[in-house]
Amino acid sequence: MLLIVLIGYICALLVPVIAKALGRSHGYLIALVPLGVFVYLSTYFNRIVEGEVISRQYNWVPSLDVNFTFQLDGLSLFFGLLISFFGFLIFVYAAAYMKGYKESDKFFMYLLIFMASMLGLVMSSNLIALFIFWELTSFSSYLLIGFSHNAKTSRNAALQAFLVTASGGLALLAGFIILGEVTQTYELVEILSIHERVIDHPYYLAIVILILLGAFTKSAQFPFHFWLPNAMAAPTPVSAYLHSATMVKAGIYLIARFNPTLGGTEIWQFTLMIAGGITMLLGAILAIQHTDLKKILAYTTISALGILVLMLGAGTSLAIQSAMVFLLAHALYKGALFLITGNIDKQTGSRDVLELSGLYKFMPFTGVAAFLACFSMAGVLPFFGFIGKELIYEAALHATVQHIALLVAVIVSGVAFVAIAIEIGYGLFIQNISFSERNYKEAPVAMLVAPVTLAVLGLVFGLFAGVLVQPLLTQVSNVVGNEDLPLELHFWHGFNLVLMLSLLTLLLGTALFFVRKGIRKIPLHLDYLYNHGPTAWYDGLLQLIKRFARLQTSYFQNGYLRNYIAVIVAFFSFMLASVLWQFDLKIFPVANFDIDNVRFYEVIILAFTLVAVFVFFKTRSRLTSIVTMGVVGYAVAIIFIFFGAPDVAITQFLIETLTVVLFVLILHKLPPLRFYPLKSFQNGLYIIISIGFGLLMTSVLLLVTEHPMVSGLKAYFAENTYILGKGKNAVNVILVDFRALDTMGEISVLAIAAIGIVALLKLKLVKGKMK
Amino acid sequence: MNTLIVRTAIKILTPLFLIFSVYLLFRGHNEPGGGFIGGLIAAMPLTFHAMIYGARETKKMFKINTMVLIALGLLISASSGLVSIFEGQPFMSSLWADFYLPIFGKPGTPIMFDIGVYILVVGIVLRITLNLSEE
Repeated sequence: MLLIVLIGYICALLVPVIAKALGRSHGYLIALVPLGVFVYLSTYFNRIVEGEVISRQYNWVPSLDVNFTFQLDGLSLFFGLLISFFGFLIFVYAAAYMKGYKESDKFFMYLLIFMASMLGLVMSSNLIALFIFWELTSFSSYLLIGFSHNAKTSRNAALQAFLVTASGGLALLAGFIILGEVTQTYELVEILSIHERVIDHPYYLAIVILILLGAFTKSAQFPFHFWLPNAMAAPTPVSAYLHSATMVKAGIYLIARFNPTLGGTEIWQFTLMIAGGITMLLGAILAIQHTDLKKILAYTTISALGILVLMLGAGTSLAIQSAMVFLLAHALYKGALFLITGNIDKQTGSRDVLELSGLYKFMPFTGVAAFLACFSMAGVLPFFGFIGKELIYEAALHATVQHIALLVAVIVSGVAFVAIAIEIGYGLFIQNISFSERNYKEAPVAMLVAPVTLAVLGLVFGLFAGVLVQPLLTQVSNVVGNEDLPLELHFWHGFNLVLMLSLLTLLLGTALFFVRKGIRKIPLHLDYLYNHGPTAWYDGLLQLIKRFARLQTSYFQNGYLRNYIAVIVAFFSFMLASVLWQFDLKIFPVANFDIDNVRFYEVIILAFTLVAVFVFFKTRSRLTSIVTMGVVGYAVAIIFIFFGAPDVAITQFLIETLTVVLFVLILHKLPPLRFYPLKSFQNGLYIIISIGFGLLMTSVLLLVTEHPMVSGLKAYFAENTYILGKGKNAVNVILVDFRALDTMGEISVLAIAAIGIVALLKLKLVKGKMK
Repeated sequence: MNTLIVRTAIKILTPLFLIFSVYLLFRGHNEPGGGFIGGLIAAMPLTFHAMIYGARETKKMFKINTMVLIALGLLISASSGLVSIFEGQPFMSSLWADFYLPIFGKPGTPIMFDIGVYILVVGIVLRITLNLSEE
């Protein structure tokens, strides 16, 4: 099970190699990865449907209770199948779609990383592992939205999406940690078994707010919805996969996953219902107002996400079932519609609904897929979308609280959906407002497979819902609702109130379609809201952070190296002094200082060092100062040898040598050495800082010799270097084995420093302004 | 700098330096040495080469993308820690094969980690020197 999650990452690393070998068609081969995952997950289908839960644990950092605990139950299998199946279709589609793009291998790499992270997210039942996969999806989404990184809009959109979802992610982490502290475990299964204790705990409110912040930012709930329409800057396959079918559903998944643990309280229900309700209505209204096809779909997606949150908040078992059914229905038709948009965009060069019409003549297959998807979206009998809508209406009718308001809200958004479905299906493909003679071609086969499959599935699932969808979704709803209830899916319920409401929705939707032009013209006095809404808050906050950063940078890093060093040294001295003061240590313990122990050669080394330091202070030449510093460095290395640390000494020698070599390389390119005179009070300040630091370090060293270290570490390493580490060089064994994680951190820092140095060297500053 | 003696010497010394650095890398587990020191030593002849012939010539001769080296080193080191997870042990637990190779010793994840460090250090030193001398 670990492999099925990691396979995506492993293959992602291989993508550039495969791309080089296969050339342009590598996308089709990579599509086998999600297909393989799908087949593998399908083998568990029967066992899961019977109610079995399969879990497997891999240790990661067991001492911190952080493990890869993978659990496959109804909910995770449902999402896993959705992710891998969509992944397969999207990869095939993208293989054709991305042909014109440069660096398409990177695209598939990011997409694979995303898919693997998404799989890890839905299969993890350890909170910390779940969080890490959660962040990885934000991260890969950032790379994908910003894929056309030459365009400023897509860079900004990527950054915005990342900042919003990642700060939500941090809130989520905080929530998880508090939850972990309250329950003393990070394993979701164990938390579930004691969830009453969580609900009664005083920190319950904080946990709920933080976790919901994570879910709301990811699933674009009001007031965090603004990043999603901007994220449409991504290539269309990404919009279809991440920002409609899977990633934005991660928030829904999280809410569903935590419903049994945290749900059932009023705060949980009302927060979800209010946020979901506002999002649903806002998305529906904004969708009608836009004319860019992708923006329209983005806002209807926001609206659909609102419906899902609302239904999960309503909390009755019927509502939960309806949410899960609608989730599937929405993924199918919205995925198809996004891909259809991609086809239209690619073939006609436009996405504006006002410019497009009568496309059926030119693109019959895309057209058929669009009709099917639109029927499902509008909720027409017997499509799967109809079943979803019926269930939602029924759930709203039988909700425990506020059911009239709920019902009206749901119907309003349903009406908007119908109008938009007609707009796309009829307006774009059949209605013929001829602007000029045009001739478009149908999209290539590879770009038809995915939308047609998804759209046809919308019909097939509708017709045979009882056989195909019911078994798994029953399990899903049971996991979310934490109870065993049968779910029955039929498209025909007889003539009842819900059917009447469905018909009413269709009629109102058709009416809305005919008056939509009027609605678009009314600005609805919304300009004020747009200018002062969440987007403006986001921009304002970003500006504020930037201004603060500039302020503190100009204070601490004002371009004078001496100032940087003074700040660092002064802060370090302050910390040292506060420790000394806190533990009430003697500042100058002289008792243990024995002059007879000092060896002759040590004195010589010391003399060398002192002379070098003296010369260093006196000299005005760059070369002399480098050489004198080299002398000090070598002296230190020799001291390392005296006291039995050959590894450290070798490293020190090499580094000193390299420093001199590097300096020689650039010596003739440096500008002449200039001295910037100090003001006398600065001079005094620096002298005080230097002397204070020197005194403190001396005292610390004396203290160390006075209180010999009482720790088992030395003995442990001496004893176990050979037994456990299978090496004789303790220093090396500590570096690569006992404390390898530290080394890992250090080499990561080195790599980042190298990137920083390169950036600085390549940065060509024009006087006065940055280029 | 650019004298015949130095030119000839660096040609002969480069392979020696490289072999010595690999020797240091593998002996590190038992004697002074290891990936970091080995990497520094391996980078030295190339640095000298850049000093004498110029960075462009060095790049042409060794045809290495230093950024790839850095990334590869990090990847090797990090994945050496992942091996143990598949064995059901915590991240970065050391594992050894149960056979000996002559000279090399027992192959295990610590040496894999050290090889990663070695490659990374070579990459970083070269990246910095080549960039500095390129300007």
